[in-house]
Amino acid sequence: MTEQQTAQHVAEQPAASGAYQAHFRVWRGDTEGGSLSDFTVEVHEGEVVLDIIHRLQATQAPDLAVRWNCKAGKCGSCSAEINGRPRLMCMTRMSVFDRTETITVTPMRAFPVVRDLVTDVSFNYAKAREIPAFVPPPELGPGEYRMRQEDVGRSQEFRKCIECFLCQDTCHVVRDHEENKAAFAGPRFLMRIAELDMHPLDAAPESGVDRKRTAQDEHGLGYCNITKCCTEVCPEHIKITDNALIPLKERAADRKYDPLVWLGNKIRRRTE
Amino acid sequence: MAHVDRQTWDVVVVGAGGAGLRAAIEAREAGMRTAVICKSLFGKAHTVMAEGGIAASMGNANEHDNWQVHFRDTMRGGKFLNHWRMAELHAREAPDRVWELETWGALFDRTPDGRISQRNFGGHEYPRLAHVGDRTGLELIRTLQQKIVSLQQEDEKEFGAYDARLKVFQECTVTRVLTDAKSGSAAGSGKVSGTFCYERESGRFFVLEAPAVVLATGGIGKSFKVTSNSWEYTGDGHALALLAGAPLINMEFVQFHPTGMVWPPSVKGILVTESVRGDGGVLRNSDGKRFMFDYIPDVFKEKYAETEDEGDRWYEDPDHNRRPPELLPRDEVARAINAEVKAGRGSPHGGVFLDVSTRMPAEVIKRRLPSMHHQFKELADVDITAEPMEVGPTCHYVMGGVDVDPDTAAATGVPGLFAAGEVAGGMHGSNRLGGNSLSDLLVFGRRAGLHAAEYVSGLTARPAADPLQIDAAEAEALRPFSAEGAEPEDAADRGPAENPYTLHQELQQAMNDLVGIIRKESEMFEALKRLADLRVRARRAGVEGHRQYNPGWHLAIDLRNMLLVSECVARAALEREESRGGHTRDDHPAMDRSWRNINLVCELADPQGDARAADPSLGQIRLARRETPPIRRDLLELFEKDELAKYLTDEELTR
Amino acid sequence: MATGTEPTSQTGTTGVHTPSRAAIPARHLRTDRWWLAPATTAAGLFAFIVYSTWRAFANADYYSAPYVSPFYSPCLAQNCHTMHGGPNWEIVGSWWGLSPALLILIFPLGFRLTCYYYRKAYYRGFWASPPACAVAEPHKKYTGETRFPLILQNIHRYFFYFAVLVAGVLTYDTALTFRDEHYAWGHMGLGTLVFLANIVLIWAYTLSCHSCRHIVGGRLRHFSKHPVRYRLWGWIGKLNERHMLLAWSSLISVALADFYVFLLASGAFADPRFF
Repeated sequence: MTEQQTAQHVAEQPAASGAYQAHFRVWRGDTEGGSLSDFTVEVHEGEVVLDIIHRLQATQAPDLAVRWNCKAGKCGSCSAEINGRPRLMCMTRMSVFDRTETITVTPMRAFPVVRDLVTDVSFNYAKAREIPAFVPPPELGPGEYRMRQEDVGRSQEFRKCIECFLCQDTCHVVRDHEENKAAFAGPRFLMRIAELDMHPLDAAPESGVDRKRTAQDEHGLGYCNITKCCTEVCPEHIKITDNALIPLKERAADRKYDPLVWLGNKIRRRTE
Repeated sequence: MAHVDRQTWDVVVVGAGGAGLRAAIEAREAGMRTAVICKSLFGKAHTVMAEGGIAASMGNANEHDNWQVHFRDTMRGGKFLNHWRMAELHAREAPDRVWELETWGALFDRTPDGRISQRNFGGHEYPRLAHVGDRTGLELIRTLQQKIVSLQQEDEKEFGAYDARLKVFQECTVTRVLTDAKSGSAAGSGKVSGTFCYERESGRFFVLEAPAVVLATGGIGKSFKVTSNSWEYTGDGHALALLAGAPLINMEFVQFHPTGMVWPPSVKGILVTESVRGDGGVLRNSDGKRFMFDYIPDVFKEKYAETEDEGDRWYEDPDHNRRPPELLPRDEVARAINAEVKAGRGSPHGGVFLDVSTRMPAEVIKRRLPSMHHQFKELADVDITAEPMEVGPTCHYVMGGVDVDPDTAAATGVPGLFAAGEVAGGMHGSNRLGGNSLSDLLVFGRRAGLHAAEYVSGLTARPAADPLQIDAAEAEALRPFSAEGAEPEDAADRGPAENPYTLHQELQQAMNDLVGIIRKESEMFEALKRLADLRVRARRAGVEGHRQYNPGWHLAIDLRNMLLVSECVARAALEREESRGGHTRDDHPAMDRSWRNINLVCELADPQGDARAADPSLGQIRLARRETPPIRRDLLELFEKDELAKYLTDEELTR
Repeated sequence: MATGTEPTSQTGTTGVHTPSRAAIPARHLRTDRWWLAPATTAAGLFAFIVYSTWRAFANADYYSAPYVSPFYSPCLAQNCHTMHGGPNWEIVGSWWGLSPALLILIFPLGFRLTCYYYRKAYYRGFWASPPACAVAEPHKKYTGETRFPLILQNIHRYFFYFAVLVAGVLTYDTALTFRDEHYAWGHMGLGTLVFLANIVLIWAYTLSCHSCRHIVGGRLRHFSKHPVRYRLWGWIGKLNERHMLLAWSSLISVALADFYVFLLASGAFADPRFF
């Protein structure tokens, strides 16, 4: 290597190791109001947006509020909107952005804001309480449960949910219509109903809870117009619309809108 | 102070992970009005990170399995330092705790005949881990969370309010466990009277008055730089117990999980589940050699395969072959990886290679290890079905914790204080087996809840919270806001305000470098010196802004806890002059049988000193040695004499 | 679609501008070309609507032996073109004076209109409800599919049953394309290939329907007790993953098949013959 080459090599080093200055716009404020603040901040190779927010905290804005926990895409705490798209900050790699691009980070816009990037997600916990819980089959004791893998597979997909509430955030039914929040459980909790309705041992029907019917009557399944934004934003890649919401709509149709199924059930019940 | 809100409950559970929620369910079902308080949102606890499974000898995958075998594996894994009674209870009760989850709606992976499927894991003789792909912790936390919701629904029907008998205070932090002792008198001898807390969102202080407090706060990993633990793991419960007057044991034993991600830097430390190895993944160095065959210690020689062929056959025919050494207990594997990297046979980013891509078809990998596939794809741009992962040791778990009664989970010395899960010590001895933590959470979470309820029922009068303690707790919590400005009363506290983030980083660096996976006397002396210095500076940790959701302030408060537990780790590690499980001394590399029945007990040096030490060089922690109770005879008889001779002294054997 | 039409102003107090939410004046902050997908969808659907309206009302150039346009099959009126052995059955009498296509197109139209994919497509593309994810929609009120008329989307499964019948007839038509223009068997022309491609796509689209997936097995609670239905459900699930792709390709193929017949019937083109 000649001296010149060495010099060149050294000059390229910082680029190769990937450190550069990025331009960020982060929403700062609280219920009283707020605005987007501009920051210039260092970015290293392999980092994600949450790393940059942490660097801002440590170097420029120590009181910047952000909710996070595992930083590995498993807990679903660091939900926010990055360049207008609902995403987990810990799973958004900086390499997906152009280095010259301004990256805008705001809190989720479907929920009341608390401060900076933190929102009040209590809507979701309230909805969770309204879904009737799993009903264990009365005749089976612990250890006696037998379920086939093919029977638990569907519900297992929905149980991958990390409750990041990005689907709830992006769903236009509540995002764009605050007044619908009372009547609509949102994709996450309609999926929970589907999960329980497909659970091979749920004894809700025997105990008088008709999950199919209540999904429509009490939890607002009819508000869903299956435009699939919940599926698009799901960081766990759960096919919320195709595997939970539409099947649940079909099950509700069985109960409420299908005279043939209704007749069939009537006849079968009589013959039993 | 009059303006601090007070609420009255029967049992307060600190922490909403597996142990905390299980304790809360038990206490509530025993009729107690129960409050759960947690730093994160409900359902986000660190338990969600557990991947591999729950160890329970249900015998679904291999009918030879039973609690005795599980007990044996646990004792071996912990190098016989475990409290034998805890290990016994754990092994006996784990299957019931898992089956119970099913009655609450959990959906584990199944065997062909419809029972719960069980998988292999390091240190477990038979396939024993109930699992759901590699997201078992999430299943556990969600099931417990949904069980809590279902109890709340019952209360709503009965009392008209979901929170009537079971309430979750989410995003709140406990800074002190209160007792009825008068400040200034012999604090710590008093009974528990409640907790002092603040809401992270608003910064508002409040007191939960309750005669029983269950600590279920998890571990201490955030004191180390490379860790698989989340920000919550600041040793809160350990510190709360110490400050309330309860001792900690076994704090020198910190488990470094052998396989954490090493690249990219921002995810360094994030866990790569042991199931990767349990399902057939192998470790290779830069020469392509399966180096673990060179690292089988003498005590395990008969149990592990000597050739690659035998190891590979074991996956299909475990009854006639020995398991591959990749499945040695975690401490052994972590040390081996460390040695390979030090010897210059590491991967480009300073780890070793963990490979499943050449061992299983891509489809099988995606089905059995979905979240690993996802994690590497999204975070490191590595397709594990096509190329090996790079992994290295990461701080994962603390075996040490609050000294508890094995049957009741009651903390020593403070009536009304209970501890369960990672924050409790003794169960795992010097090293925890994979899969034993989730079962630990359930078994002892339940016991803590049950006995807390019994304790409360047995009380004739409720201990009153000492108002002076409340005032002191408030002043302590507000201290970071006055770091600049008001003249401190203490001369040692004068100086510029310190950035809590910087202090935290320095603490992590010191612990990682000096009290990490391999330890030396001189380095630990250095660590204690640095900790003393950090402690003085932490007194001046200052924050800007106000109390509303202020992460800098939260960290400044947590620093007290991290410094306390770090000192426990460093002091105990310095004292124990042998290598055992999660404690490896470069200067004392061998296991010493005479240390087997010694617990190192950490206590606060100056219980009234409001967590500050007059003389920094002395520190805040006093160590004492304590002999462990002898193992019950029938349990000893589960082992071969030859094996026991490797661990127990001759005197113990002939007793 | 009886929802409000007045666009909310940027400084409104509803939706993302509800006072309790983060104060951000912009309706959205997306920086990508989010409008491209709904615009393309709307354009594609609009083009098909224009073409099919013209062809359905034309009542001409829909038969050129042995090919019958899928828009006119089955042909159920007296005023149908005579198709020897073809799908014309005079169920509707001479009183019907309009194009016979209108009688039958109701069913595929209803099937596609209530299809879970097309619903997404037109709700987004035509109705902007929402235009794209996290882009505020311009409606003051939203009731989704809870009320008349959109509650009728729930009868999708009945349109599916009819769609199966129609697909059966189109399969019959395709078989007939192996005859020549004098109705003698043993023919194959370019048109046969067009029809084959079309019928494969029509069937794939029809069977990949979400209602079909539900009826075949999705409604079951215990797959293990119904191994055959479980397997069918699995296959249909695989097709269902491509429902959008099949919806578009079958839409295009059916228009192409019709256009091909138009070219032949109007004499603009002669069917190349393979044997």
